[in-house]
Amino acid sequence: MKGIAVTGMGVISSIGHHLSENLEALSSSKSGISFPEILQTTHTHLPVGEIKFNNTELSEILNLPKTQAYTRAALLGTFAVKELLKNLGWEKFPEETGFISGTSVGGIDATEKHFKQYAANSENNRFIQAQHPGFTTEKIAEYFELNSVVTNISTACSSSANAILVGARMIQCGRLKRVIVGGTDCLTKFTLNGFNSLKILSSNPCKPFDDRRDGLNLGEAAAYLMLEADDLVQNKPIARISGFGNANDAFHQTASSQNGEGAFLAMEKALKIAGLEKSQIDYINAHGTGTLNNDLSESMAIQRFFGEDIPLFSSTKAYTGHTLGAAGALEAIFSILSISENKIFPNLNFAEAMQETGYSPVSIIRKANLRHVLSNSLGFGGNCTSLIFSKDE
Amino acid sequence: MNRVFINGIASISAQEDAVVENGNVALYSENNIAALDKNYKSIIAPMMLRRMSKAVKMGLWTSLNALKEAKIEIPQNIIFGTGKGCLQDTEKFLVQMLDSREGLLSPTSFIQSTHNTIGGQIALHLKCNAYNMTYSQNSNSFETAILDAMMKIGSGESENALVGGVEENADIITDFENFDGQLKQEKISNLVLLNSTTSGTIIAESAHAFVFTSKPNKAYAELLDVEIRLNCELENLNSWIFQFLDTYKLTSKDIGFVIMGNNGDARYDNYYKALQDSIFKETPQIAYKHLVGENNSISSYALWLASQIFKLNKISEVFKLNDIDMVNPKYALIYNQYLGKNHSLILLENA
Repeated sequence: MKGIAVTGMGVISSIGHHLSENLEALSSSKSGISFPEILQTTHTHLPVGEIKFNNTELSEILNLPKTQAYTRAALLGTFAVKELLKNLGWEKFPEETGFISGTSVGGIDATEKHFKQYAANSENNRFIQAQHPGFTTEKIAEYFELNSVVTNISTACSSSANAILVGARMIQCGRLKRVIVGGTDCLTKFTLNGFNSLKILSSNPCKPFDDRRDGLNLGEAAAYLMLEADDLVQNKPIARISGFGNANDAFHQTASSQNGEGAFLAMEKALKIAGLEKSQIDYINAHGTGTLNNDLSESMAIQRFFGEDIPLFSSTKAYTGHTLGAAGALEAIFSILSISENKIFPNLNFAEAMQETGYSPVSIIRKANLRHVLSNSLGFGGNCTSLIFSKDE
Repeated sequence: MNRVFINGIASISAQEDAVVENGNVALYSENNIAALDKNYKSIIAPMMLRRMSKAVKMGLWTSLNALKEAKIEIPQNIIFGTGKGCLQDTEKFLVQMLDSREGLLSPTSFIQSTHNTIGGQIALHLKCNAYNMTYSQNSNSFETAILDAMMKIGSGESENALVGGVEENADIITDFENFDGQLKQEKISNLVLLNSTTSGTIIAESAHAFVFTSKPNKAYAELLDVEIRLNCELENLNSWIFQFLDTYKLTSKDIGFVIMGNNGDARYDNYYKALQDSIFKETPQIAYKHLVGENNSISSYALWLASQIFKLNKISEVFKLNDIDMVNPKYALIYNQYLGKNHSLILLENA
């Protein structure tokens, strides 16, 4: 298929508050991993990809009233959508613009902060509803007066990849003409302690696909893309979404299967929809979290799927940390930047290939004419999503 | 566009299924109601059951029953809506974390806390690698799941989909809803809930699963369309509904029965009352939240109820909001919103 036009992007992550800053950091191999300063946690030794604005600062940047009920994910999401609007050069989003956002934990940061304080007549009670993912999405939608299809996907670490997939399908079948897709997730004690209890957080900067990788770093981000039906597109699209696929690993609630069946099927579906041969994939922006299990399983899936000729690949998680529900959209934007800049952003911190595969990711920035880029997102609950971004030709 | 039919259906709520016909209502006076228990052991192994939260148990039980009725073993899509997800495991992990001041924690409840645990566990149980999606958009969670399934089947991409809506309650987090006006502060019999003049409602657990198919078989109903809106001003409600129906060359007079989401919250029931007193004045009006309570996916009960009504061609008096008799209904409309937001319309035709 010709693919769904991507006509705008907006992003905030630990490597930059704007699209240009993100590109600059990616191009100069500048990681955003630091120690937590904004997140109030006892685990101060665990590296994270933290955005160094506190909630009050974000709220002021967005001109929100003091009595607002925006959780951090809603603040970051609003910030990124505002960026998107600015980058499009529009005053406001036209009527009938849909909004599909992905988030894993939504506003649990508010719940963990106010849990012991909620009581009759507490001024924090406005955050009680804010725990739930849909509330985050509503807050962002209301800031921009979006009132068409407004919905939220919560499939753990593939949430925003799925938001892109569903938005593309809605355009494809004519349900919507214009839709903002992406996702937002912030650092929380809930997720930091959760991943820590699973013993998959590294106390060093993460090393995706390295033989001595020892876990992931959590991060936070918000990233959104504008998708438009071709009859609305005014300027040349930045890129096109040419393929998408979702499948379930059906193996274990958190661990990926050894042969990466879910990821394999997701890639297969995406390629079929795109009508591409395997050899036409020029680069894979891998999920590559840096955990023992994920990177092996994903490598196996890639090996099984592509056989002898494995495309160039890298994970950008060492730049931003694993931004959970936002990761799919963040890496969609990075994939599109790769296409438009003709650059493969390197897999930082890589030293030694995994013994099981012998594969080395692209580890220094590399010029390449990229026509088709595959991006993988794999989540809890066996949820696997692959997206293919293509040059608009 | 391929047509979409509802074949298998299954329900877990605060009422027995038979209430649709016999009107034997389970009475409640509290504002937080557990779903009636089912014989889970009959279809889920006890060892598995012990590890499952209520949301997962209910989601799996209804899914297996709906699939069985539709005579489908492995669905081509698993699409769920849950506004609050796995609240019990979320709460368990949160409490442990806060009480231990981020001490040593067991990961069990964390790994089961994600909203897609329900869909993921169903896939795991069925060994089903198919498309698996979870929507979590307040009272439009289940509606978006329907919309997704309709796109999948309507486009011809799939022949069937397992679609569901599940909500469980938790001890502390659900209790918070007493503080922000979501729940009624006075004890009230559920039978008179809809006459209430105070704010708030009653919340209950529920789970519903449906098998949508492209072939009618022995379908309960045909799904014509679903539409969602985040906000809708009261004065624009009629025109939205007219527009929605007009797509199918229908008017409000063609609607054989309308299912309303009245929940006894005097602040927001005016949306329903405006319709009851205007465009649906002459239409048989049905309500259900006084029987099964409110929750983010409770419109899945409304879809289950509509399916039953088409099949039985009757409905117990306890559901009726007016005295107009239902006569061989051809079309049905379901309208829902929560706290004046996340409005939805679902249009059905007798199959």
